[in-house]
Amino acid sequence: MPGPARIAQGLLTDASSSVGFRFDGRMLRGLAGDTLASALLANGVRLVGRSFKYHRPRGIVTAGPEEPCALVDVLGPRGREPNRPATTLALHEGLVAESQNRWPSLTFDVLAFNDLLGRFLPAGFYYKTFMAPGWAWERVYEPLIRRAAGLGRLEPIVPAHADPAETVHDHADVLVVGAGAAGLAAADHLGACGLRVILAEQDVVAGGGTLLDERWRSWRERLCAALAARPAVRTLTGTTVLGAYGHGVFGALEVLPGAAAARFGVRERLRVIRARRTLLATGALERLIAFPGNDLPGVMLAGAALAYLRRYGVAAGRRPAFFLNNDEAYESVFALTAAGIECAGVIDPRSSSRAAERTRTLGIPMHVGAVVGGVAGRREVRAVSIDELDGRRRFMLATDTLLVSGGHTPATALASQLGATLEWQGSLAAFTPDLASGAGRVAGAAHGVFGLAAAARDGAAVARALAADLGRGADASDIPEPPPDSAVTPLRELWEVRAPGKPGKAFVDLQNDVTAADVRLACREGYEHLEHMKRFTTHGMATDQGRIAGLLGSAVLAEARGVPLSEVGVLRPRPFAQPVPFAALAGGEVREHYRPKRRLPLHDWHESAGATFVSTGLWLRPLVYSRQGGWPAVLDEARAVRERVGITDVSTLGKIDVQGADAARFLDFIYANTFATLPVGRSRYGIMLREDGMAFDDGTTSRLGPQHFLVTTTTANSVAVLEHMEFHLQSVFPELDVLLTDVGDQWAQFAIAGPNAREVVSAVVSGIDLGTAAFPFMSAGAATIAGAPGRIFRISFSGELAYEVAVPAKQALPAWSALLAAGERFGIRAYGLDALNTLRIEKGHLTTAELNGNTTAGDLGLQRLIKKQGDFVGRTLAQRPGLTAPERLQLVGIRPVERTRRLRNGMQLVAPQAREASLGYVTSSTPSVEFDGWVGLALLSGGRERHGQRLIGLSPLHNEATEVQVLSPHMLDPENNRVRA
Amino acid sequence: MLRIACPWCGERDETEFRYRGDASRRRPEADAAQDTFSAYVYERDNCCDWHTEWWLHVGGCRKLLKIVRHTLTHEIRSVSGAEAPDSPVRQADP
Repeated sequence: MPGPARIAQGLLTDASSSVGFRFDGRMLRGLAGDTLASALLANGVRLVGRSFKYHRPRGIVTAGPEEPCALVDVLGPRGREPNRPATTLALHEGLVAESQNRWPSLTFDVLAFNDLLGRFLPAGFYYKTFMAPGWAWERVYEPLIRRAAGLGRLEPIVPAHADPAETVHDHADVLVVGAGAAGLAAADHLGACGLRVILAEQDVVAGGGTLLDERWRSWRERLCAALAARPAVRTLTGTTVLGAYGHGVFGALEVLPGAAAARFGVRERLRVIRARRTLLATGALERLIAFPGNDLPGVMLAGAALAYLRRYGVAAGRRPAFFLNNDEAYESVFALTAAGIECAGVIDPRSSSRAAERTRTLGIPMHVGAVVGGVAGRREVRAVSIDELDGRRRFMLATDTLLVSGGHTPATALASQLGATLEWQGSLAAFTPDLASGAGRVAGAAHGVFGLAAAARDGAAVARALAADLGRGADASDIPEPPPDSAVTPLRELWEVRAPGKPGKAFVDLQNDVTAADVRLACREGYEHLEHMKRFTTHGMATDQGRIAGLLGSAVLAEARGVPLSEVGVLRPRPFAQPVPFAALAGGEVREHYRPKRRLPLHDWHESAGATFVSTGLWLRPLVYSRQGGWPAVLDEARAVRERVGITDVSTLGKIDVQGADAARFLDFIYANTFATLPVGRSRYGIMLREDGMAFDDGTTSRLGPQHFLVTTTTANSVAVLEHMEFHLQSVFPELDVLLTDVGDQWAQFAIAGPNAREVVSAVVSGIDLGTAAFPFMSAGAATIAGAPGRIFRISFSGELAYEVAVPAKQALPAWSALLAAGERFGIRAYGLDALNTLRIEKGHLTTAELNGNTTAGDLGLQRLIKKQGDFVGRTLAQRPGLTAPERLQLVGIRPVERTRRLRNGMQLVAPQAREASLGYVTSSTPSVEFDGWVGLALLSGGRERHGQRLIGLSPLHNEATEVQVLSPHMLDPENNRVRA
Repeated sequence: MLRIACPWCGERDETEFRYRGDASRRRPEADAAQDTFSAYVYERDNCCDWHTEWWLHVGGCRKLLKIVRHTLTHEIRSVSGAEAPDSPVRQADP
């Protein structure tokens, strides 16, 4: 079998399938089914990393996702991925992993001298030392600290993108978290009651603690088979529930095994689970004991050694010693002995226990009433010091491995997030959650019921109660009788072995290098509250969230404060339960799928006509019909409109159909101007305010019938305007007879503008007289357009004679093609958003650059539209002194005095003699087709009184200062002769 | 994440809804003083209690709902339509 430490057949490994991998450049071999950690242990690799702060040598401590030390960088085809726990990283052929935080090599690390300086680098050292001079923090201290501290190396892999992931939404009656003895029994019972169950298990296989006990094999296999036969029960292995988000919503991360990942083309799935009830069977985690040298490679949790033996057939050491304070942990002594491993001895602070008696009968040296007071060895354990409880040394015991258990801590993170209070259980030396039954229930070791058989019974009992909550009583499940639990002697509470005067650090947080002494220092410095101590020392702030030793920090703090541990409490766990790759959170919403796209009905035509598209909101709009950048193509299009005729797609405008007996009254309340007086067949420009008095949106509204209006909004505000209208209709005027319908997607709309517009439109439209007498400026009506029923409006955004025609979206292409054909003899041009912008700036029309939320109707020169009589949204607050002050920024037009100079959006306008004080800024600018050089719109303090003045336009970014002339924003055809032609 | 039992559409994620603020506020009458309007627009209590609020179901039926929610626990006690402000149409699923 590959690896000298592989001594047995593992439950998960396939002895016939050898897998090659590379660790720090060394070629090694493991088995299919191994994790990187088990394969390293099988090869006798004990030193796997250097620690965060002191660069101390570190090994593998656990066999699961709670691992604090064995984090590695994985080098894949897409780049380097840091901080993957070796204990959950599935081994595969060709895996390349590197240890972290060492230079130049793992065995010889230059910065390890930090460890010798350790007494000068206590908690809070950075805060106190790197204070002055102030400039040095950014330039000297921070870069140095960043290089010295930290774990994996982060490299940008965004351009190539990380492995793809997807998001899946799940629904269930009950989410059962954890598929150990309690979770399996509970899921089976709930499934038998006919409930839809999702059973989420973070491990790659279901079973939890039953996987480590051969007697449980048949029970587990029967239950798993029973669950597989229930279609309403889904078991998701490799799925960690990351957090509880209230109202039965949970986030979970599913890591797909290699074959499934290849099949589905994704490495991870983010599952959003919505469940009516939750059953938490999350089990308990073994915890460490703080003693000097408890971080040396070779120190491992006792349960982890049992897991490596049972799951992978790997012995964690050649001649291990044990330091245990509870009977449950003795299972690993018995299992390793049975596998033929010679145990150096067992150290137990208790004077006697059932498990200790059994150990003696196996001929293993038993040291009761003793503790481990220190560990000898530089890069791995060579011997441990066996001390009396009062600290006197008995003797040194030679061993290569120390397997530790300080008891078991229920995994309460999810319960806490659901609002559980924690209660201290003296008999377990642990907190158990008390969860209101409405949010969910807790079963098994997660609420302190230890022992597999007890947990299985508890799981079934809690499931019965939960099914009753949901109105299901029938107990149809047939759970086999579990093997009995062994009787146990209670544990002896032991958190720290204090060895005053002896060298060595006793760690309470292995990942962030926090020692028991650091916790005491925090307490002395006044950080007595647990959450303050956490922030001062960084205890529990690493990615493992202090799962194996978090309670140790609380216990050390409690002792330092002289209060019971129950009074100190535990750190509040937050989502996520484990580190989550950003790629998994992003799922499929990356790159071109980052957000949905809205395409115009004529998108394909625009594309084939060579359009460059621009994203406005979700819309893709043609910017210019040219793939080359620059102004010439834009100005060609704009010139066609001014001189001949052009056509543009304005389908993105918001269109809201307003019908009902009170439609006019409602619009008069929503808009600052009057619509009740608008005759049928006419359109009117309207301005809408927010309740605080600022301008919100503008657009034309047409009266199609006595009780029928069509409102158009700006593209950007189409959703917000409908919301604004619905809110006021339903909250302020629920009694009005008005119905609002969003018809934005139903109609395609085109503007045909230019001196020849009437000839072009007339050729395509029938059933309506387009002569100026019959259909003057601001008319609206129904018409047949290229054979389809549509609408026609005589409105203009360009300042030219113009019509807008609307046809059902499906008729877009025939209507557009007919208009183009009719315009061919006039040299019609399709024009894009840039040309549209050039045309409207020359005319002084507004877009969201001016309707920017900071302007009032008065600022925009629309004060004459505002009605004097009647209530409307924003009426009262628009009259506030600050919103009517004469020095407010008002809309003006500007042109450079020297016509060859350009304008820029965002240029600040200043007086020539006072360049420090901004008088306003440029909102929109364009080279002009009507005038010589550039024109722009600006918001200028007291602008209406400044027409004719000369100011300076400053753009410090471009080092430009341009003399500009202020004029009316209506630069083109102020008398509106063209639009009325 | 809130799950809101829309009386017209059923139980949906809060992302389908738009929060529209304190529903105990009523828009002042047209002739009310500027200060009254100012209070209506700007002044809000930051309560730790049951809170009546508007939610607009923009991603669904576009109905405006009046919801009684606890600001600490997020528990939703009732969901009702705007036109029947004082009689819950449907109790939220506990």
